[in-house]
Amino acid sequence: MNTPALKEWPLWEVFVRSKQGLEHKHCGSLHAADAAQALHMARDVYTRRQEGVSIWVVPSAAITASNPDEKGELFDPAADKIYRHPTFYAIPDEVGHM
Amino acid sequence: MNAPLEYLLHLADNAVVLGQRNAEWCGHGPILEEDIALSNVSLDHIGQARLLYQLAAARMGEGATEDRLAYFRDAAEFRNYTLLELPHHGPLVGYAVAERDYATTIVRNFLYAALMVLVWEALEQGSDPDLAAIAAKAVKETRYHLHHAADWVVRFGDGTDESHARAQAALDHLLPYTEEFWTPSPAETAAAACGAAPLLADLRSAWDAQVDATLAAATLRRPQEPAYVPEGKLGRHSEHLSYLLGEMQSLARAHPGAVW
Repeated sequence: MNTPALKEWPLWEVFVRSKQGLEHKHCGSLHAADAAQALHMARDVYTRRQEGVSIWVVPSAAITASNPDEKGELFDPAADKIYRHPTFYAIPDEVGHM
Repeated sequence: MNAPLEYLLHLADNAVVLGQRNAEWCGHGPILEEDIALSNVSLDHIGQARLLYQLAAARMGEGATEDRLAYFRDAAEFRNYTLLELPHHGPLVGYAVAERDYATTIVRNFLYAALMVLVWEALEQGSDPDLAAIAAKAVKETRYHLHHAADWVVRFGDGTDESHARAQAALDHLLPYTEEFWTPSPAETAAAACGAAPLLADLRSAWDAQVDATLAAATLRRPQEPAYVPEGKLGRHSEHLSYLLGEMQSLARAHPGAVW
């Protein structure tokens, strides 16, 4: 007891893996007091329409984001290097899903 | 062997009354995420009520429908626990002016879900195959309701001074109403006699264990049960049910037979 009231709950990023999906995809964010509650909230807010079979929650503060101002130097140099796409050769059947 | 109709109506009325009561929070929840969570709980309850009313109506025949059962019976015909019709605030508070108290909402949901997890588990093994199928679906929903409510009971009880005081007041107010769980009605006795439903007395120790464990984690004190036993499931209700039904039934009664 005598816990100070948490006026602002921290923000969490929510990732959901769909039934057929191989990876968790970012689907939004929410406020929750702690990780366990964030999972509950994510279940109620983001999987109401059978969107998923697995949920991850990550504190938004733990994410380091790239700077939008550096978009040009970070991403534009890749624009003319189409040879990096694996579309110039046939993938053998044995490889399966890539 | 089929459960008695009165017993199906008891289960259905419990679900529809609590679903309607909790739906009052829709759009008014303490925070957006919890507003959605509680609305989901309400929708689960209304879904359970529909399945049970549909089953009861099919067995009644003679033009009975789920809508007639939900919208065209009056308070004295409802068989829900009194606990479930109470407003979201403590006793002796003026109805119209009282602010809803989320601790009251959560403690009620906790006490009821702790019971219904046990009831649905038993009904799933019961002799009424249609009711067992409904129970198989409902038990998963109700386990989540219990998880949700118990989590908040602990957060409130073991939280701030104010949240602890509110949770304790809600518990002192509501726990005595659970005496109704343990006094069997004729419908419950008949349902148990035909093997469709459990004897409630057999569930009491498991319910006590769940309640005591959660209250201990929440640092809440369990009040003494008084001698008074409510009789909502016999149709003798508090003054609150007819207001709730008045709101819930008004549309269907103003436009009988209307469809979307």
